[in-house]
Amino acid sequence: MNAHEEDRMKQLLKQALPPPGDTEPERDLWPAMLRRLDARPAPVPWFDWALAGGLAVFAVVFPASIPVFLYYL
Amino acid sequence: MRDGESNVLNNVLDQFRRGDPATFDDAFETLFHLHQRTVFGWLMRIVRNPAAAEDLTVETFWRIYRAHARFDPSREFEAWARTIATHAALDWLRTQRSETELLLDVAAPLASDPAISAEIRRKTAAAFSRLPPKLRIAAVLAVVEELPHKEVAAALGVSVTAVKVRVFRALRLLRKDLQRQGITP
Repeated sequence: MNAHEEDRMKQLLKQALPPPGDTEPERDLWPAMLRRLDARPAPVPWFDWALAGGLAVFAVVFPASIPVFLYYL
Repeated sequence: MRDGESNVLNNVLDQFRRGDPATFDDAFETLFHLHQRTVFGWLMRIVRNPAAAEDLTVETFWRIYRAHARFDPSREFEAWARTIATHAALDWLRTQRSETELLLDVAAPLASDPAISAEIRRKTAAAFSRLPPKLRIAAVLAVVEELPHKEVAAALGVSVTAVKVRVFRALRLLRKDLQRQGITP
């Protein structure tokens, strides 16, 4: 594709795509943002992760303890 | 911007970056209200669909919210937001069908070339929608919106050379697509 063909394609593309229209939102998007923020999962405290990890290790080392954990869950 | 206003904004940006629970939410809300219009306007230039631009604006700020610790204070917040918005738009384009609703109703632009029929414009728009998203974004920003390549490169996180290559590839693919349909641009 030579320079002339490239320029021609650019002109064609500009003609083909509609103008973007109103570039300002019709409404304040903050309420939608709040809904998105409220939908986020609650962060799990590090202690809970540490406890879960410790229990997993304990269950691997002492598999007989698994029914006991399940009973108390 | 006056010195006082500049200091206030710098404080807000600092609170945002540090993520201190006592001040973070207010700082984020302030930045949202300050920049939602420019982010929306930027996304409209790329996706040309108001509903999608609204959703992507919220998605962009959600990504900004999560990435607050990575904000570089030496960089302008708006430029950083545009980069994140561009990547959100890229992800959205990847999920879209090849021919979006936007392209089914191509109105004549204000200063149209009479030699270019509505049919050719429609087929060009349809061919454009079939372009790979990376090429599509580079072409719409650099060619249609006529933004400087440097600005497009910053938004995409690539070099100016990469932008030029993507634009060239986009135009070449468009031309081949139209030629396959019997149209000689």
